[in-house]
Amino acid sequence: MDSSQLLGITTFTYLLSALLYVAILVFQNPGLGRVATAFTVIAWLVQTVGIGLRWLESYQMGIGRAPLTNMYESVVFFAWAIVIFYLAVEWKFKVKSIGAFALPLAFFAMAYASFSTEISKGITPLIPALQSNWLIAHVVTCFIGYAAFAIAAALGCMYLLKNAADNGNSGLAGRLPELALLDDIIHKTMIFGFIWLSAGIITGAIWANSAWGTYWSWDPKETWSLITWFFYAITLHARYTRGWSGPRIAILSICGLAVVLFTYYGVNFLLSGLHSYGSS
Amino acid sequence: MKPFQQLWDILASVKLAIFTLFALSITAIIGTVIPQGEQASFYADKYGPKMAQFFQILDIPEMYGSWWFLALLTLLVANLVVCSIERFPTAWRLATSDNLALPAERVAKLSGSRNWPLTPQQAENIDPAAILAGSGWPAESRREGGELRAFSQRGRWSRLGVYIVHTSILVIFVGAAVGDIWGVKGSVMLPEQVTADKIFASKTREPIDLGFSLRCDSFVVEFYDNGMPKTYRSRVTIIEEGKEVLTSDIEVNRPLIYRGFTFYQSSYRGYQDFILLIQGEGDSTGGVFTLPFQKQELWQEKGLQFGVVNAEAVGQRVVRAKLWFKAGEAPAVIEWFDDNQPRLLEAGGKQYRINVKQMYATGLQVAKDPGVWIVYLGCGLMLIGLAMAFFMAHHRVWLYRSEEGGKTLLVLAGNSNKNRPALAKKLTSLEEAIDKTLRG
Ligand code: HEM
Repeated sequence: MDSSQLLGITTFTYLLSALLYVAILVFQNPGLGRVATAFTVIAWLVQTVGIGLRWLESYQMGIGRAPLTNMYESVVFFAWAIVIFYLAVEWKFKVKSIGAFALPLAFFAMAYASFSTEISKGITPLIPALQSNWLIAHVVTCFIGYAAFAIAAALGCMYLLKNAADNGNSGLAGRLPELALLDDIIHKTMIFGFIWLSAGIITGAIWANSAWGTYWSWDPKETWSLITWFFYAITLHARYTRGWSGPRIAILSICGLAVVLFTYYGVNFLLSGLHSYGSS
Repeated sequence: MKPFQQLWDILASVKLAIFTLFALSITAIIGTVIPQGEQASFYADKYGPKMAQFFQILDIPEMYGSWWFLALLTLLVANLVVCSIERFPTAWRLATSDNLALPAERVAKLSGSRNWPLTPQQAENIDPAAILAGSGWPAESRREGGELRAFSQRGRWSRLGVYIVHTSILVIFVGAAVGDIWGVKGSVMLPEQVTADKIFASKTREPIDLGFSLRCDSFVVEFYDNGMPKTYRSRVTIIEEGKEVLTSDIEVNRPLIYRGFTFYQSSYRGYQDFILLIQGEGDSTGGVFTLPFQKQELWQEKGLQFGVVNAEAVGQRVVRAKLWFKAGEAPAVIEWFDDNQPRLLEAGGKQYRINVKQMYATGLQVAKDPGVWIVYLGCGLMLIGLAMAFFMAHHRVWLYRSEEGGKTLLVLAGNSNKNRPALAKKLTSLEEAIDKTLRG
């Protein structure tokens, strides 16, 4: 059993978890709830072991390094963070219907990592610029933040769906949490993401300073991470001081994820970065 | 006075904050789409002369340092300062106010307040502060006329979290400005065995005195089995007033800091010359020679002659070199040496330890940034402030024994600036504790 097999299994178990959560919502079968949660926990544990094994394998190859340093590994970690974050939300707020929106995100991330031809899955050694503990701290903090923003966007979709239904208390929409609760969780999740994004930008700046001698050089990746940060700062201020809430914040949470994805993914492929992944 | 007041109000408003952050976000995109810092001709070729001229007027090629971008940042700073001056006093008052001064009628009117009528005996014995403390709310208390007032609070400093966040942004700007004004950014290309006491400014290429000298002793690149670079390492020696004071390695992500200057490994260049190290058997010191390709060199005192007659390279990188070596009158020896792999060579009946190595120059980025610690301080403050603002809430609880219409009451009320459900839960358990005290 090697790490890629385990991560392959993870992809399919996340798909199954996603389907289970959708089934709870559609068939209103609370008995399935436990099964779905248990299944998701197991899938997440399998993924954790898979990531750990990948770490071990890199040592066996004589290039020991944390499994967090290229596009493939970061997408896998993204899915991992989404699921653990979702499980925490489910545990804290005791609502399972969010799973029907969150688990598909984790599945799509894993599926993209596994099947895309654009990203290589090999365990490659690190070029000198990437050999830094600050890089590990940077990736971990950023992706915890991104995972929170992904969940916030999933919640935003739920909010808009329920809000748009003719009668929010019947049918499918009726099984979604109350609008006020959704609004509250969206806000808390965004705040949580904002703190981690701040930490991510800071650790990235420290890393850049130790590798290149400048903590900020306005390259496209850095600039877009700052734009993302501004975006969420604007959203928090609009909510806190101008009283925006409900549908507006739900829409902003979805737009926010679009900005995050552009920063994380679009910049690498659409703009010519100086030190986007790998090149330095 | 009127226009000043209007300007002040605008600068204090959150509307302006949202506008400025939005404007910064949108304009920042320009520099990620249009390459920065290129020659004027580059823009003329790529976007046409008209457009290029327009770019020059708006400083687009250096937009993050342009007057209008800096003006937006200044607006943000002014906004933050004025907004904080306006609001901070209120937050400070809420964090430090004397809550025991709140009269009983006001406590009774707080939302969710509850009261219990007391028998004369209960009224005699009750100790509100002790009840609060018994439920995990360490309380202060005071007698006010016939009233017995107790108050407890948690997380009052969380009121200041937002201001710490806002201040941290100003601190970061200060650090950046300090670095910009007093900092130095430069670089130096230093061939092996060469000493320099100057570096060159990145922008102007003007020489900058270090105040000490730096010698590159060696530079090596190590590779992984698959050919990817693994390590770039320079060994350098610092020399002050002719004395060697420090020898240290510099690698990517492991800069050397000396006298406020930080030296970063940033690039290298391979030469067609070679560095040759020779140490004869039994000799205490060896010799170091810089050998141009296919040039003969003489080490008079040892009677040695040598030169590199051939070399094999992969791209710019020499993998092995063929050394011609003659000791005294003995016939010359010719052997291949792998790059930078020292080994023994026998010539004229004597063993020599030899290392042949391609000559490199190391490219060092040099920075002196006295502002960086201020920036890091700001970053730390920001994280602390965010945690305070978001994870802590200011919970306040009052428990008074008061007189109303000749009856004695016990009045309980709480207040929170956020996370009200959490406080409500705690109040419920307090009520239970009070019920129990009064019953038993
Ligand atoms: C990048 C810049 C900024 C960041 C990161 C930032 C961050 C924050 C944060 C995290 C909060 C707490 C929000 C909450 O509790 O939900 C906050 C609140 C606030 N911010 Fe900012 N802020 C920034 C710029 C500004 C500016 C320029 C103003 C100027 C008007 C401003 C005015 C306020 C106000 C009035 C509050 C509410 C404070 C209160 O009464 O508790 N912010 N800010």
